[in-house]
Amino acid sequence: MLDDIDRNIIQATQAGLPLTPQPYQAIADQLGLTAEQVMQRLSVMQNNGIIRRIGAVPNHYKLGYRFNGMTVWNIPDQFIDELGQKVGQLEFVSHCYHRPRNLPSWPYNLFAMVHGKTQQAADQQIQQITDLLGEHNLGCDVLYSTKILKKTGFRTGNPAGNRLCLD
Amino acid sequence: MKQLTTLHKQLLNDYQRDFPLSTRPYQDIAETLGVTEDQVLSAFTELNASGFISRIGPVIPPNHIGVSALVAMSVPEPKLQQVADIISAHPEVNHNYEREHRFNLWFVVIASDAEHLSSVIDEIEQQTAYPAMRLPMLDDFFIDLGFKLDLNNA
Repeated sequence: MLDDIDRNIIQATQAGLPLTPQPYQAIADQLGLTAEQVMQRLSVMQNNGIIRRIGAVPNHYKLGYRFNGMTVWNIPDQFIDELGQKVGQLEFVSHCYHRPRNLPSWPYNLFAMVHGKTQQAADQQIQQITDLLGEHNLGCDVLYSTKILKKTGFRTGNPAGNRLCLD
Repeated sequence: MKQLTTLHKQLLNDYQRDFPLSTRPYQDIAETLGVTEDQVLSAFTELNASGFISRIGPVIPPNHIGVSALVAMSVPEPKLQQVADIISAHPEVNHNYEREHRFNLWFVVIASDAEHLSSVIDEIEQQTAYPAMRLPMLDDFFIDLGFKLDLNNA
């Protein structure tokens, strides 16, 4: 489990590693540790799965991915683990979660984020998920973001184009 | 920054994971790519300043530290911005998006424990007078190896 030192290291790195030649030393100095301790603990946390990866975090929207769709699917509960894992492995999917339904207004229990530079690219990704789910897809919807109201400040997204559901 | 250089693109695609855990990581990257440490530092600084990357650092999956829920609300369009501002003012809210749907406001709440999470959402319901649909994460199927970016026209 995490102790306070681990938490402090995570806290200190969430705004980003410093762009200086010895970034771990800079974090260590802030926390009264040595650079070796910081690297060692980051390494352990990565091996434990507490940290998923260490690296550059790209901003999809800024890189031209303007069609960011939250695809949502109604999958029978007995297939959710198997199919969720398959969808999560698609290389264009950036998040994939099982969440509860909220009937009657919300029948969907699988969420996957897709990112396209064009509507057509996003549609193709959605079609691939549709094909993969096959007969176990009991219904779906795609929610495009039209405005980012809080993330890194306020910015306006692209209008969504046609919502499409390929079930 | 007008156009991405080859170095920018290599840093974007090759260093979303496995950023070196070493005394001089930018120097190690420079050696791998056959450039200088200064060039790597400048290129990352440019990517950061232009918003192409939000940061370099550890990525923590949701619910590994604290608990989170995705929350959706259905808010009449004229009231949307006002309601969104009330929600975004909570430090526990980290993403807040307008989406094209009957549920048109979607945000993520992250809190230290389940009780705190629930109290933040309760408070948002009271402040805004709209019901909040709570969708906690039951399972995370995503194996995050970074995202393969198409940078041909970037």
